[in-house]
Amino acid sequence: MRQPFRLATGGRIDRSRPIEVRLDGERLQGFPGDTLASAILARGIRLVGRSFKRHRPRGILTAGPEEPNALLRVERGPGRVDPNARATLVELVPGLSAATQNAWPSLRHDLAGLFDRAAAFLPAGFYYKTFFRPAGAWERLFEPAIRRLAGLGRAPESADPDRYLHRHVHCDLLVVGGGPAGLWAARLAARAGARVILADERPAPGGGLLDTGTAGPRIGGGPASAWLERLLGELDGAGELVRLSRTTVQALHPSGHALLLERVADHLQEPDPRLPRERLWQVRPRAVLLTTGRIERPLLFPDNDRPGILSAGAARAFLWGQAVLVGRDVVVAAFDDSGYAAALELAAAGARVHAIVDPRDTPGPLAAAAEAAGLRLLAGWAPVGSEGGPGLRAVRLAPLDRTGRPDGRGERTVPCDALLVAGGWTPAVQLWAQAGGGLAWDAAAAAFLPSRGPSWLRIAGAAAGARTLAEALAQADRATAELLDGLGIVPPPSDTLPAIEEPVPAPSTPPWALPGTWRRDPKATFVDFQNDVTVADLELAVREGFAAPEHAKRWTTAGMATDQGKTSAPSTLALLAEAAGRPTEALAPTTMRPPWTPVSFGALAGVHRGDLFRPIRTTPLHAWAAARGAVFEDVGHWKRPTAFPRPGESLEAAAAREARAVREGVGLFDASTLGAFDVQGPDAATFLDRIWTIDVAGLPVGRCRYGLVLKDDGTVLDDGVVCRLAPNRFLLSTTTGGAARLYAWLERWAQTEWPNLRVWTTPVAEGRAVIAVQGPKARLLLRRAASGVDLSAKAFPHMAWREGKIGGVPARILRVSFTGEPGFELHLPASRAEEVIDTLLRLGPDLEPTPYGLEAMHLLRLEKGYILVGHETDGTVTPRDLGLERLLAPGKDFLGKRSLDLPEHRRPDRPRLVGLLPLDPTALPAVGGQLVERAEPGAPSLGRVSSAGRSPTLGRTIALGLVRGDRARPGERLTVFAADRPPVEVELGAPCFLDPEGTRLRG
Amino acid sequence: MLVIPCPFCGPREEVEFACGGEAGPPRPADPGALDDAAWTAWLWGRVNRKGPQVETWWHQAGCGRWFLVARDSRDDRVLAAWPIGAPTPTGLGLEEPGP
Repeated sequence: MRQPFRLATGGRIDRSRPIEVRLDGERLQGFPGDTLASAILARGIRLVGRSFKRHRPRGILTAGPEEPNALLRVERGPGRVDPNARATLVELVPGLSAATQNAWPSLRHDLAGLFDRAAAFLPAGFYYKTFFRPAGAWERLFEPAIRRLAGLGRAPESADPDRYLHRHVHCDLLVVGGGPAGLWAARLAARAGARVILADERPAPGGGLLDTGTAGPRIGGGPASAWLERLLGELDGAGELVRLSRTTVQALHPSGHALLLERVADHLQEPDPRLPRERLWQVRPRAVLLTTGRIERPLLFPDNDRPGILSAGAARAFLWGQAVLVGRDVVVAAFDDSGYAAALELAAAGARVHAIVDPRDTPGPLAAAAEAAGLRLLAGWAPVGSEGGPGLRAVRLAPLDRTGRPDGRGERTVPCDALLVAGGWTPAVQLWAQAGGGLAWDAAAAAFLPSRGPSWLRIAGAAAGARTLAEALAQADRATAELLDGLGIVPPPSDTLPAIEEPVPAPSTPPWALPGTWRRDPKATFVDFQNDVTVADLELAVREGFAAPEHAKRWTTAGMATDQGKTSAPSTLALLAEAAGRPTEALAPTTMRPPWTPVSFGALAGVHRGDLFRPIRTTPLHAWAAARGAVFEDVGHWKRPTAFPRPGESLEAAAAREARAVREGVGLFDASTLGAFDVQGPDAATFLDRIWTIDVAGLPVGRCRYGLVLKDDGTVLDDGVVCRLAPNRFLLSTTTGGAARLYAWLERWAQTEWPNLRVWTTPVAEGRAVIAVQGPKARLLLRRAASGVDLSAKAFPHMAWREGKIGGVPARILRVSFTGEPGFELHLPASRAEEVIDTLLRLGPDLEPTPYGLEAMHLLRLEKGYILVGHETDGTVTPRDLGLERLLAPGKDFLGKRSLDLPEHRRPDRPRLVGLLPLDPTALPAVGGQLVERAEPGAPSLGRVSSAGRSPTLGRTIALGLVRGDRARPGERLTVFAADRPPVEVELGAPCFLDPEGTRLRG
Repeated sequence: MLVIPCPFCGPREEVEFACGGEAGPPRPADPGALDDAAWTAWLWGRVNRKGPQVETWWHQAGCGRWFLVARDSRDDRVLAAWPIGAPTPTGLGLEEPGP
């Protein structure tokens, strides 16, 4: 297969094992060691995508994670899809299939490319001023169209089949970045005996040294590659060192917590199926050294985004990494000396370097080398435009005067197929800033350099502004010694730093320093490539009043794309400063947040998906219920039966049947999920009296009382039953959903507010099952199984408890009811629950004991008007609102009591619990529906429906609601108004529809 | 994620704990004796200091004990942790408890 831009030799690729992949359906060939980007460039393809907003043709700009343009959809197999993958990071593997994005019908002929012609109508923030009229057009026309056009990639449509794992590690030192500085530091620390983790983003360590060749530094008298190899050899034997490749440090939090994402399997042709695709490392290092390197800046001139314009460093990376020439006819723009190195290396590799333009008066030492090599140097010149179809065909160059403006001497057009831009370097300080390190503008470097940081963190090398390799190694050496000292680890006697032959670079000219280039056509001069933000957009932001960087960022979206401004942030800031007439150092860079590069959801989820997403709690009777055909629902983490439908029976019919069985016969209900707490101690009664609204001290042993727990602001936190087991021992029973919250509440008050009270609370629901036996025939049924207890109404009144045996199993029996029928709760050891319920069923077939679920329970309690915490209460409702003043014991203080006297709780428009009877006995009001006087848009809400159901006992629909007190008159008629439902007219009445005196209950 | 130094268990990851918020003055012994302004001031008022402040924390997934933590609200640095009832450590820059 043709690879016209692949050199015959060189590169860290394995030419003996060609790899074939697909790009937009066409075959593309490469080798192990290639990325998708290098294979594309080798083939001579330059157009790889269309930009986000204006659909401009775009090509590969960089060779690393900062790539803003070459975002492709990569498929590694069925269900394994990554949209917006950076072609510069995707390693070539057989079977890989890539597709360009954001163009239709084809990349070359993209219809939406017309947006570029209409660019004048699409400046930054245009959507804040458009799409308002005509009314209604947004929903029908604009939004659907924008949704189709928006975004770059398409989300995957099937579940991610790959495995992802997490790993938690502590270490002494985390070194981020495996370039020369990081390797030097890691070796030093490992030799000192520190436990070191070295994480590098690339497939192999070496960092910037991998992207240099003949024009790069010579170390210890030999080529850098030899020094690198020796250093790595020493590392692999050194102490406790974990060296991770293909591992990105995504986040470094101020607490020192680091998140590392290791790409384990994507690059493997046939990965071991036991391997996860990615591993997320959560690391707690005691100290961190950042040697994260630097990012090259693009230049600012009209049409600076044309495919064929690449970073000079990227050209070197592709040359030395994959033996790929990014162009045959090259022009180099050297605003920084590294441009000359690129020119020299590409020329030596066979490219024709037609010109090197350098706006600086005093170019560095490499300029002489370039001229000696016969390359033409245009000193004092800069690029001011590009020409071509989608691909670059020529560059316009102009001479500039000292202020960076064209001096009128005349421009030149130089034909070329690649323009290499060396715009200077931005230190990669993102992790430093994330961890709370400070940044200060350095005018000489024209960049934000790290200033003060936390004591456990250091940054060294190019990331700290080092301009030479010697400086980088010295910084790393010093920083590591400081960190080791802070850890109490004695550093070994330092190795002498190697002798390095490298040119000392002259100061670079930042791209924004030449207004002659970026003022020429601001609308066509791109700053943020991925989000299509131009110089004109930044100037517009300042004119509109969004001069502050954080405002301008959000208004223009500069720096908000998936590259997070890696190549654009410094230029953005400098141009904003320029437009606002302020010095750059007066503006602060926008907050840098994790992650460094996009992270898959799978990696974050790890194993917590599917069955392991959250714990499932089942009761001791779960298997029994399942065997009886129960349909389950989730209540928090619990699985609870909704109903026990017979074959062919709907859930609704089953619930109605079960409820009728409880009213007429006897029902069996699993109440094991309810909270249960044993509270004991000499001060138990005192403690509970402060927490509960009811009189606890006066509760006789053997009796139970229903009460409320309020927050100190007077609102209902939970309800439940208090049983006195002994003078100093109580059993609390609370709602399922509120159990954990109530336990936290009890512990909090006991430990923080009243630590002198001698009281101990123990959750006792675990290990215990609760079977509720409810109905007029409940006593009949239990008598057949019970022993050692007198179940008669006289001996065992309502709201009391006794001990006895059911089917020979010891039980505590509470006579409590949530159904309004005489009822008992059997508290049993969990291991005996199935045995007991089977005994009851066996002994009473003539009574037809009916298992019932939550649906039936809701109907039964609704008929009685019993509140359900979380339905009738919502965190703002008080006992008075619910008509439960009788539960507020006089003569003692309890949490919430004082607040009930506040003016707020005495307002006449406080909500009031009422019963609602729909005028149409078959109409079911929606829970959450608003109660209004008349169902019309804008009608003020007078309250809401809190519970509703079809009562089988009454043969009609009923509901409870909370209505403002001054409108809650019995007989009043209101309408329930809910979206997408017909309005339901209701009549207000008492919040109890059955046996308000409670005579059935006490039978 | 913070590391909380539980006085009973040692340093543990923040996920094991629940924060009880700013540690304030004790609950008035006789709320009935307070006027509305004084009561709501105790109930809702918080100093919310920009700097070192004392909070209650609960080792929910560990020993189950509540304890006090001094944390700098500016940069989330946890300065110290001590049991309830133990004397407040000095030298942390903590102000006297509010009214």
